[in-house]
Amino acid sequence: MIDREQVLHVAKLARLRLTDAEVERMTGELSKILGHVEQIEALDLDGVEPTSHVVALENVLREDVPRESLPRERALEGAPDAAGDGFRVPSPGAS
Amino acid sequence: MSQDLLALSAEAQARGIGAGELSGEEVFEFWRVRAVEDELGAYLWVADENAGGSLPPVAVKDLFCVEGVPSSAGSRILDGYRPPYTATSVRNLIEGGAHVLGKTNQDEFAMGSSNENSAYGPVENPWDRTLVPGGSSGGSAAAVAGGTAPWAIGTDTGGSIRQPAALCGIVGLKPTYGAVSRYGMIAFASSLDQCGPLTRDVTDAALMLRLLEGRDPCDSTCVGIEGDIALPSAERLDGLRFGVWGLEEEGLEAGVADVCRAAIGRIEELGGGVQEIQLPDAGHGLSAYYVIAPAEASANLARYDGVRYGLRSTDDGDLTSLYEQTRHDGFGDEVKRRIMIGTYALSSGYYDAYYGKAQKVRTRIVEDFRAAFEQVDFVVTPTSPTVAFKLGERTADPLAMYLSDYFTVPMSLAGIPAVSIPAGLSDGLPVGLQIAGPAFSEARILDAAHALERAIGFEGVPRT
Repeated sequence: MIDREQVLHVAKLARLRLTDAEVERMTGELSKILGHVEQIEALDLDGVEPTSHVVALENVLREDVPRESLPRERALEGAPDAAGDGFRVPSPGAS
Repeated sequence: MSQDLLALSAEAQARGIGAGELSGEEVFEFWRVRAVEDELGAYLWVADENAGGSLPPVAVKDLFCVEGVPSSAGSRILDGYRPPYTATSVRNLIEGGAHVLGKTNQDEFAMGSSNENSAYGPVENPWDRTLVPGGSSGGSAAAVAGGTAPWAIGTDTGGSIRQPAALCGIVGLKPTYGAVSRYGMIAFASSLDQCGPLTRDVTDAALMLRLLEGRDPCDSTCVGIEGDIALPSAERLDGLRFGVWGLEEEGLEAGVADVCRAAIGRIEELGGGVQEIQLPDAGHGLSAYYVIAPAEASANLARYDGVRYGLRSTDDGDLTSLYEQTRHDGFGDEVKRRIMIGTYALSSGYYDAYYGKAQKVRTRIVEDFRAAFEQVDFVVTPTSPTVAFKLGERTADPLAMYLSDYFTVPMSLAGIPAVSIPAGLSDGLPVGLQIAGPAFSEARILDAAHALERAIGFEGVPRT
């Protein structure tokens, strides 16, 4: 189960601003979802290996041949605030 | 002539073009006009130029990057984003002769089972416009069923191709994880996401899979399918063994169970062997999935920060404040919920209890299927526990919505291929039957599905 303080802490970790109403609603909803998910707590999973990837793969390498990458101006095309050769952002410590 | 095209499968249209009876331009234009006139909310963008092609054009779920074409993944945070490159899967289709007809509506970042989480409005089910089309590839499914696209592609993370295909009465195939490149697919959960066809019939699905699959240097997890994918031709199921799972599950609608039982009866009539099969941990699939998928999503969606592309909210604060406000304004409720669940499950002190355990359950489910495929060739289940439900009916209860994925999530966790085919009607609405097989058994699954499809003789009602 999850309380209001935890919701605020997790939102901070996720860089997600939530309104008071969202925090309120999220607390209830997340508790309910996590309550369902916690059914797996009851399973005996000792000695079971975790699976993170289902297809057996060796290292996949390509020939070490240089090739063109996306031109800088294309990469900057979608930026909300491109400045010169980069992305402009406010100072990390502006406020 | 035009109404004739509506009656033809994509494969039949392709043959017509190949034989010179139809031109690629007239086929493209026919579907382009249909797509422009769509009234179901299925499209977010329709091509304004006729690209012709040796195959009918394809409707593409919005989350596939297509160079210069709006690709927002149904999210406000990517409103107006035009990618500088094209997804490998889409490029494969174009190189094969199937050009992009339009971009289809979807649940935001593919998170949802009803298409109601799109930032651009819901999609209506062509069978009954007060009902959802399913999700997250709801636009692709509605377009094919409603006759505004000859065929379409979608993505499936926990059921997002198969469930809307079932609810709209069409065919939907989730290939083996690693069969089709994920390069240029806007990511949701990277260990589960897979691209696949939504089509009118099984033959069209095979034809499209043939174009889509293949190794890709831009996606190192993509190995392709070995050997050719022949168009399916089977008419009998002699010697094949089908393991049935899930017909006694709580929450399965009686009407859905009846239609599935009747279809399973057809399997026996065609000479297939049918037995019940146990998948002891598959019932825990949803719990594992709703840890693993949000966890991966919370990492994948960290990139939407208002810096490199998409929405930026300004509030005169510092950089952190810009990130937080942009994400607050740009993400919808369901996406926020999943980011929160995922971040929580990966946070210090909870990782082992949630993510670690879920990955172990995933192992158990992989083993369940491995054991099943020692006894049978295919596993058969209902695709969705219910037929299409009312728009708005489940939006207030996220958990109820998640239960839509009960039968499709285990195959996703195991990375195995599964197809949903229309099995019949319950109360006038389509029911999907899911057929799953071992990794990279797509050709065998489609062959069996073809025989069964012929025997069922499902008539799609909409598409008018």
